[in-house]
Amino acid sequence: MNSLEKIEAATGPRVPGAPQLYEKRKAVYPQKIDGPFRRFKWFVMAVTLTIYYGPPWIRWDRGPYAPDQAVLVDLAHRRFYMFGIEIWPHEFYFVAGLLIMAGIGLFLLTSAVGRAWCGYSCPQTVWTDLFQHIDRFVDGDRNAQMRLAKAPWGPKKIARRTFKYAIYLVISFWTGGAWIMYFADAPTLTQDFWTGQAAPVAYATVAVLTATTFLLGGFAREQVCIYMCPWPRIQSAMMDERSLTVTYKDWRGEPRGSLKKAERNPGAFGDCIDCNQCVAVCPTGIDIREGPQIGCITCALCIDACDRVMKEVGRPRGLIDYATLEDCKREAGGETPRPVWKTILHARTVIYFLVWGAVGLALLFALGSRDRTGLTIAQDRNPPFMLMSDGSVRNAYTLKLRNMESRPRRMEVSIQGLPGAVMWSEEMSREAAARAIVREVDADTTDTMRAYVVAPQETGGGEFTFVLRSLDEQGESDSGTARFDAPGEDE
Amino acid sequence: MANDRAEGSRGDEATGTATVGHEWDGIEELDTPMPRWWLWTFYVTIVWAIGYCIAYPAWPLVSQATEGVLGWSSRGQLAAEIEAQERARAATVAALADMPIEQLPGHPELMRAAVAGGRAAFKVNCVQCHGAGAAGGKGYPNLNDDDWLWGGDLKAIEATIVHGVRQPGDQQTHFSQMPAFGRDGILTPAQVSAVVSHVLSLSGKAPANAAGAQIFADNCAVCHGAQGKGMREFGAPDLTDAIWLYGSRRSDITYTVDNARNGVMPAWAGRLDPVTIKMLAAYVHSLGGGEAFANEAAPPADKVDEQP
Repeated sequence: MNSLEKIEAATGPRVPGAPQLYEKRKAVYPQKIDGPFRRFKWFVMAVTLTIYYGPPWIRWDRGPYAPDQAVLVDLAHRRFYMFGIEIWPHEFYFVAGLLIMAGIGLFLLTSAVGRAWCGYSCPQTVWTDLFQHIDRFVDGDRNAQMRLAKAPWGPKKIARRTFKYAIYLVISFWTGGAWIMYFADAPTLTQDFWTGQAAPVAYATVAVLTATTFLLGGFAREQVCIYMCPWPRIQSAMMDERSLTVTYKDWRGEPRGSLKKAERNPGAFGDCIDCNQCVAVCPTGIDIREGPQIGCITCALCIDACDRVMKEVGRPRGLIDYATLEDCKREAGGETPRPVWKTILHARTVIYFLVWGAVGLALLFALGSRDRTGLTIAQDRNPPFMLMSDGSVRNAYTLKLRNMESRPRRMEVSIQGLPGAVMWSEEMSREAAARAIVREVDADTTDTMRAYVVAPQETGGGEFTFVLRSLDEQGESDSGTARFDAPGEDE
Repeated sequence: MANDRAEGSRGDEATGTATVGHEWDGIEELDTPMPRWWLWTFYVTIVWAIGYCIAYPAWPLVSQATEGVLGWSSRGQLAAEIEAQERARAATVAALADMPIEQLPGHPELMRAAVAGGRAAFKVNCVQCHGAGAAGGKGYPNLNDDDWLWGGDLKAIEATIVHGVRQPGDQQTHFSQMPAFGRDGILTPAQVSAVVSHVLSLSGKAPANAAGAQIFADNCAVCHGAQGKGMREFGAPDLTDAIWLYGSRRSDITYTVDNARNGVMPAWAGRLDPVTIKMLAAYVHSLGGGEAFANEAAPPADKVDEQP
């Protein structure tokens, strides 16, 4: 006796008609469809998948001191390579800037064309779409899939399911495997991976991503969009009556009636012939005729389906179409809708675009004007100053000379200000102390140098400047202010 | 009031679930069964706990807890971690043990490792007197500067650390004793005052004092040198420079001449292993005042590597 039966025994049978608190998932078997939006979806899928799987395999020559992989996130050495751009950890604001652009870009896209991100380019959509093609490839179209789902388990069903899940697994594994290629030299990592020599974290990452792709793309599918993803909820706050969304034009379609009914009662029915094609092709299994809803990712496949049916029955296309709420009202009232460019170009989208463009320009400007040389200074605080036996005062500093070029460079550190002061580094003796020291800095490294600066006591304390100059044709320089402490100055 | 479960318990109409039978101002509680996944998770945690108690130390007994079949202990884990660290450092330590300290500057990698190790050892063993920044204090030499009582090259620093200063029982310890000129009546207070004036004049802090100069030549020059430049064999400080271990005021110097100063430092041989001592010497030398070897010809006075 399980616990439910116990309750029923104690309390009598379940109250008939009591509402179920848990809604079971209704399986979705979208029907194959062709049309302009479907073809656009194919195109976006090809582009996004290429962007995901491809870049780590492109080679990019950076000379002998840097990796030759076009896109590489080198966590071990804390460098980020993207084609001609190399980013150091302290330049991470470029990545932050890109993320801000991506965020504002999504706002812009949402305010102009609604949930286009969800419908076309979201990874969840792309992989779900891919897996639904696998379903149709293995099990056949909508009806065949439904029949197979209802069929009892037998050798044939087991064979088909095994075959299908095997394909799922291969795609998932490939997806997980492609991810780690961004973090190491792709050909080497592939070889290491198959010979068991890759890092444990590589295997773990592939395992986790394979599992999540298999589950989210193969089984969770539209439930991710409806129940798990926060983005649809945020989007509904960003859309307004001037955002494009996939709409069933009920004023034109209702009341629905089949062709036969319409023939018998001309004029009594709208354009919708209630063929249910829009429901059959929907990858999230909704009925768009119920109005805008959270389950609609605006993939526009129902537009393709409806347009085809309308063409067959000789009625104008666009019974289901991209439209704004504002235009819907206008159209329902008998006015002509506004042209698309007017719909897309309104104050909000223009402002989003300007902000997005400004961030982009700022990033480009920062990228173009950044230096590949850097100097940071830390003064020894304990002791702050030293009295030398000849009465002069010594301060010690730890200097970090950054050479962000992928080649060794000769650099000169010098003192500006602080009359009479000279410095030497820990590799030198005090006899060789000078106002400027030349050092060879390895390619793509930070050179740590201890500088002892000594000044006659009468110079006293005060601020001065360390200047770093690259002794090559670039002639870049950086500088930083430092304090020189001397006895008695605070009294 | 429906407190009795047997008669009061009934089904909730909306959900078909039994209620627990209590009612407070019309509010009742559903007797919803535990979710299956929750129950199974709970059972798994019980099994896990039993396995854990067998595998790891768990039950407190009279003197200690059960040990567990895996034999794990936090002390043992620490020991294993320390051992792993030592294994990782073994190559560097062995190389340092084999290398005479004079040759260390020729091996920058090893030198860096030694300085880093010395920095750590310094914080444990030396900061009590010399301070965290090695800046010393009154009576405790500043190790950052270029003034050395007993020599400032790597070898001399190592010898000072090994044998200490004025350590009874160590044959090679640095030893010297300045007489207490005033307290023992060697000089009269007036003579002390004159010689202090002369000492001050050596670094330009007072006008020349002829009487003091004569007293200095008679009593002090034997260790401090005729010019007052000091002598490292006796650890006699240079009196002409700007650095004063016990202060440069007239009263400080008068006290020194009256009573003498005899600073001490422990001999670290036997307390620290030779490699750590070498590292400490490298670190102290690296603080900015270290000297190059003045006289390469002089053979090393003692074999430090053989110290226990």
